Amino acid sequence: MALVISEKAMSIDESTAARVAKLARIKVEPDALPALANEFNTILGFIEQLSEVDVDNVEPMTSVTPQRLKRRTDGVTDGDQQPKVLANAPDAREGFFAVPKVVE
Amino acid sequence: MTDLNTLGLAEARDALRKGDTTSTALTEACLTAIEGSSALNAFVHNTPEIAMEQAKAADARIQAGDAPAMCGLPLGIKDLFCTKGVPSQAASAILDGFKPEYESTVTSKLFDAGAVMLGKLNMDEFAMGSSNETSTYGNVINPWRRADDAAALTPGGSSGGSASAVAADLCLAATGTDTGGSIRQPAAFAGITGIKPTYGRCSRWGIVAFASSLDQAGPMTKSVRDAAIMLEAMCGHDPKDSTSADLAVPNFEAMLTGDVKGKKIGIPKEYRMDGMPGEIEALWQEGTAMLRDAGAEIVDISLPHTKYALPAYYVIAPAEASSNLARYDGVRYGHRAKLDQGDGITEMYEKTRAEGFGAEVQRRVMIGTYVLSAGFYDAYYNRARKVRTLIKKDFEDVFAQGIDGILTPATPSAAFGLGEMQDADPVQMYLNDVFTVTVNMAGLPGVSVPAGLDKQGLPLGLQLIGKPWEEGELLNLAYAVEQAAGFVAKPAKWW
Repeated sequence: MALVISEKAMSIDESTAARVAKLARIKVEPDALPALANEFNTILGFIEQLSEVDVDNVEPMTSVTPQRLKRRTDGVTDGDQQPKVLANAPDAREGFFAVPKVVE
Repeated sequence: MTDLNTLGLAEARDALRKGDTTSTALTEACLTAIEGSSALNAFVHNTPEIAMEQAKAADARIQAGDAPAMCGLPLGIKDLFCTKGVPSQAASAILDGFKPEYESTVTSKLFDAGAVMLGKLNMDEFAMGSSNETSTYGNVINPWRRADDAAALTPGGSSGGSASAVAADLCLAATGTDTGGSIRQPAAFAGITGIKPTYGRCSRWGIVAFASSLDQAGPMTKSVRDAAIMLEAMCGHDPKDSTSADLAVPNFEAMLTGDVKGKKIGIPKEYRMDGMPGEIEALWQEGTAMLRDAGAEIVDISLPHTKYALPAYYVIAPAEASSNLARYDGVRYGHRAKLDQGDGITEMYEKTRAEGFGAEVQRRVMIGTYVLSAGFYDAYYNRARKVRTLIKKDFEDVFAQGIDGILTPATPSAAFGLGEMQDADPVQMYLNDVFTVTVNMAGLPGVSVPAGLDKQGLPLGLQLIGKPWEEGELLNLAYAVEQAAGFVAKPAKWW
């Protein structure tokens, strides 16, 4: 496993950086990709230390405080606030959020 | 009487109850101080009308004999807290113009207890930063300067506006939030007290989310007593936050006896880092001596996974951030990019997020996206979560051995100059949180107390780490250090 991390971490190239930017829905200009890939490699190189740790038979943490999530009755507790929900929208029309055409 | 804005919460509360002053007078003094503080860039949205209205209401309550702990006390509120009808941007351009239709639980609790809001405080964008240089509002300046040197210093981050405002007496106290050290590091850099309570003590509802399993709110104050008073008002169960703890909130102030006789204080050897400045090491030893002289028992302990806390944090926090920040897409609130002919919804998302997020936020969102992506999830994200389990176990083991609290330095250096880290790679900046981030990873309470000055006259802080839900005992340890250190220095006014 350690070797795999090492290979992958050092393999962030421009096309991987471009793919990550696409997945994150952040537009990155092509000329910015080399610097971005470089930063990723620095950060991932730092993170790579984790491969030294023996994590066999260790459970991944799901909740830092052991607690059972509270239950409540499945009932309506809120609602009827359309104007408030839309108040901050960059573009709201006829009671809806407006966006560029999604379906042809 | 001294200038009212220089008072702490406890002094001001007592003066109000005795009728020696009014909330209106306190609030006016703070508003005047804020007006003259633009060089610090700490307050970014001032709310004088709200403040004066709240102050008058508080004065009426006090006169009627109804004066809860925070009644009439003017505060600054970090921009990360949603405040109804008041800009709440998390210092990001992507939330330009956003005015929440609701109030965060923590600010609601403070206002219900009679507190007065002076305005919103600058911070690092989405609380991502350790120097307050990532804000859309521009850098915050630390009121402290090196002796004989007018260079502008960072107040730390991400709660840098809060730290600067409290240290410069623009407000009596401020709210902060802490995901990896964002209360404790700026508190140390500005010579004030800051506590991050146990994860689940303060409701996260209405606080702009960064990394939900790590984020906690807390007070930033002029003394340990003030921190106890304000923390109590901020804490408590909230059905709107599923991770909020349904536990009674003790009277923290009543637990400040200063008596630490017989308490076992752990000194973790892994916090003695290579290259740590001698002054930090010396301060740590002085702090150890202070607690020993006060009757505590000093015990050398080991927290073996300490060095892995920061790299694990830089997997988990960006992973959670990439998920939390997916909501900023230009549809429901905040900024939307101008679109070109033929642009569809994907271009709208991509352009909006490129324009709205600053460089550090973009970097962390993309790192988070990468470590969660198919093929890397196990190698990075799951591994980091396993390491987190081990980090928490380190603390559980020492507490099981009878340790009551752990003493460490708060930061690896004093405040550094703005721009000094510009050419460093991002990881160098991340190292600021090396002593504080373990506490978030383990969900524990941690407090930073000013304990001395370095040779350039800058404040240095000590950190105490407590057992889960034992903020009262932790604050009492901090109180003992505060009394022994006798830290009274203030920055000389230049702004």
